Amino acid sequence: MILVRNSLSESLSNRTKQVKTLGLTVLTIIGFLSVSSAQSQDSTATAKKDKDKEKGKWGEIHGNLQFDAQYYNPDSAIGALPVPEKLLMNGFTNLIYTKGKFTVGVRYENYLNALQGFDARYKGQGITYRYASFDADFLSITVGNFYEQFGSGMIMRAYEERGLGFDNAIDGARVKAHVLGGVYLKAVIGKQRSFFTTGDGIVRGFDGEIAINETFKSLADKELRVTVGGSFVGKYQEDNDPDFELPENVGAWAVRGNFQYKKWSLNGEYVNKINDPQATNTLFVNGSQHRNFNPGSGLLATLAYSQKGLGVVVSAKRIDNMDFRSDRAATGFNLNMNYLPALTRQHTYQLAASLYPYATQPNGEWAFQVDVNYRVPKKSKLGGKYGMSVALNYSEVHGLKNTINAEGSGYTNTFFEAGELYFRDINVEIIKKLSPKFKLNLLYLNIAYNKDVVQGLAGYGTIYSNIGIADLTYSLNTRHALRMEVQGLFTKDRADQGDWAMALLEYTWSPHLFVAASAQYNYGNKVEEKRLVYPSIFIGYIHNATRVTLGYGRQRAGILCVGGICRNIPASNGISLSITTSF
Amino acid sequence: MRKAFFTLLMVSMSALAHAQIAKKAWQLPSVTIKTIDGKSINTDELNNDGKPMIVSFWATWCKPCVLELSTIAETYEEWQEETGVKVIAISIDDARNISKVQPFVNGKDWDFEVYLDPNGDLKRAMNVNTVPHTFLFNGAKEVVYQHNSYAPGDEQYLYGKVKELVGKK
Repeated sequence: MILVRNSLSESLSNRTKQVKTLGLTVLTIIGFLSVSSAQSQDSTATAKKDKDKEKGKWGEIHGNLQFDAQYYNPDSAIGALPVPEKLLMNGFTNLIYTKGKFTVGVRYENYLNALQGFDARYKGQGITYRYASFDADFLSITVGNFYEQFGSGMIMRAYEERGLGFDNAIDGARVKAHVLGGVYLKAVIGKQRSFFTTGDGIVRGFDGEIAINETFKSLADKELRVTVGGSFVGKYQEDNDPDFELPENVGAWAVRGNFQYKKWSLNGEYVNKINDPQATNTLFVNGSQHRNFNPGSGLLATLAYSQKGLGVVVSAKRIDNMDFRSDRAATGFNLNMNYLPALTRQHTYQLAASLYPYATQPNGEWAFQVDVNYRVPKKSKLGGKYGMSVALNYSEVHGLKNTINAEGSGYTNTFFEAGELYFRDINVEIIKKLSPKFKLNLLYLNIAYNKDVVQGLAGYGTIYSNIGIADLTYSLNTRHALRMEVQGLFTKDRADQGDWAMALLEYTWSPHLFVAASAQYNYGNKVEEKRLVYPSIFIGYIHNATRVTLGYGRQRAGILCVGGICRNIPASNGISLSITTSF
Repeated sequence: MRKAFFTLLMVSMSALAHAQIAKKAWQLPSVTIKTIDGKSINTDELNNDGKPMIVSFWATWCKPCVLELSTIAETYEEWQEETGVKVIAISIDDARNISKVQPFVNGKDWDFEVYLDPNGDLKRAMNVNTVPHTFLFNGAKEVVYQHNSYAPGDEQYLYGKVKELVGKK
């Protein structure tokens, strides 16, 4: 056993070495090419013809760079513990070299050490992403790292959310082909990124899509536009379990369709995967853990209607046991193979976004959403001189009603039966230009949030809250503007942290400068010592694609969500510096 | 030693890349994106017959993005008449919000060309870190100006650049 472990760790470190060597080689090549390119330009700067030739000859190099650092002060009142390093920093840079149909790219990342709230396995630095690709008209080949998505992503999505520290890029090979006018084929194979290494399982996938109206010329001018597609994804991971026979090959399939007719559109995908007992879908029976041998399934359907000034979207989703990872032991933001979109509105105002946001429960839920966007015409009674935008959104999510079987190895449920309430959000937003100088946004939300389920805690129950937000922009002239936000959050019976108020004042000097000061006040907390103020100030300078932001203040513990996945941010106090640029 | 080498390499390469952009304009990369009704197209097909194009990366959930595009929408007709400029809005919304894009755009009554980049292929090819990120292309489809984030008035500055391009300043 020990021998096996040794050889495993040896092969791991070998692989890391190989990755590093490859990364270095690619870097050197890019460096060399850009040197030659820069030199050659100096000598041929005059005639435009020559320049154009040069472009084709030497290719182009571009990239981006970001750097986020924070200095932490301990602040026992808000629960910000001392940080041993005092200063933490995350950074990355991407470089992409393109020459005609050929592209190579690398990303260097560093975490010295990772900012608070990021997974501690992000430690150190290195080349975490490198690839080469060839793109012809009908064929595209990528080797190395890549991001990919099949359909809505419910059985396969490799993507990154840098702000959350989420990255499940595939390291392997991908072929994409476009044939017969409207047929799109994709095949992928590889292993997924897991912090500074790759996961254990091998991921393989195939996806096909047919745009019917493009493929069949006789249907090209029909008003009904139809696209259908399907995919198959499989993962392989050895079964090392001494007691259980676990599936080493886990397959999943999906079918989808998109129908457009005049002002209507209908979109749907159904997915299924075979049984796959793993760390994240364990069943609990009388306090003991059981492996879950149930298969998984998912359904997502959206019906939309839109015309000038009006858009209506109705969507429904049912998810049952669809946490899909390329390593059955993985938990948290690690080695996820798929993406289960949350059917709730993605809020951005502080109090609406970071206290009670919803994230899809992959083990099972029924979700329903209605979204309406309406533009009240100009010069109407309600719209006034400039018109007005109104947005209505309603979403509700319930659990499934599962009955665990006698052996505790699985469960049964009825398709249409919904269980416990997980989340509900009813919100209305009005955006109105009052005069050439004033713009007003008003937003009201009513949220029910099952904290125990969504955050995996016990004893909090469901928290009911009302949130009101007013956002007023005053343009002093064409380049200077003041913006003011006032927000309030009120929970029923002062549950959880009770009531919050927030105010923000922002001054912008287009196109270069902004200064913002804000304060959040937990005035309605049941616990008197927790009625604290969280002030902060930010100054930013923007020049073209470069932005430098310096901040100082107290950050309340909260939840940061991007695209429906969320991460906890601990409370902190200190100075932050962020630099981002692309070139 | 290796760390020092890496750092040196990165810094020198960034510097080189900067030196290069100063001398040579950047062309629109060739990537497959989707039209709002689900059709795949290559970015090579985006054009405005030799007139300037504004390419703006946005998302339905991004306040400043929506503010920027709404502000441009108010005067878009005038901009088109004066300079012939075209605005192309690239939505980076993923499966969570992608079906909302078309109704959202219609609901806002925007008259822009709108495309979808759910896998972030164009976003990565153009090195966009955060939205809003706006590019201005000249008639030869080369980047002549780009701006990250939005503040009221930025659209006027951008339009100034458009006018410079068509020689109307």
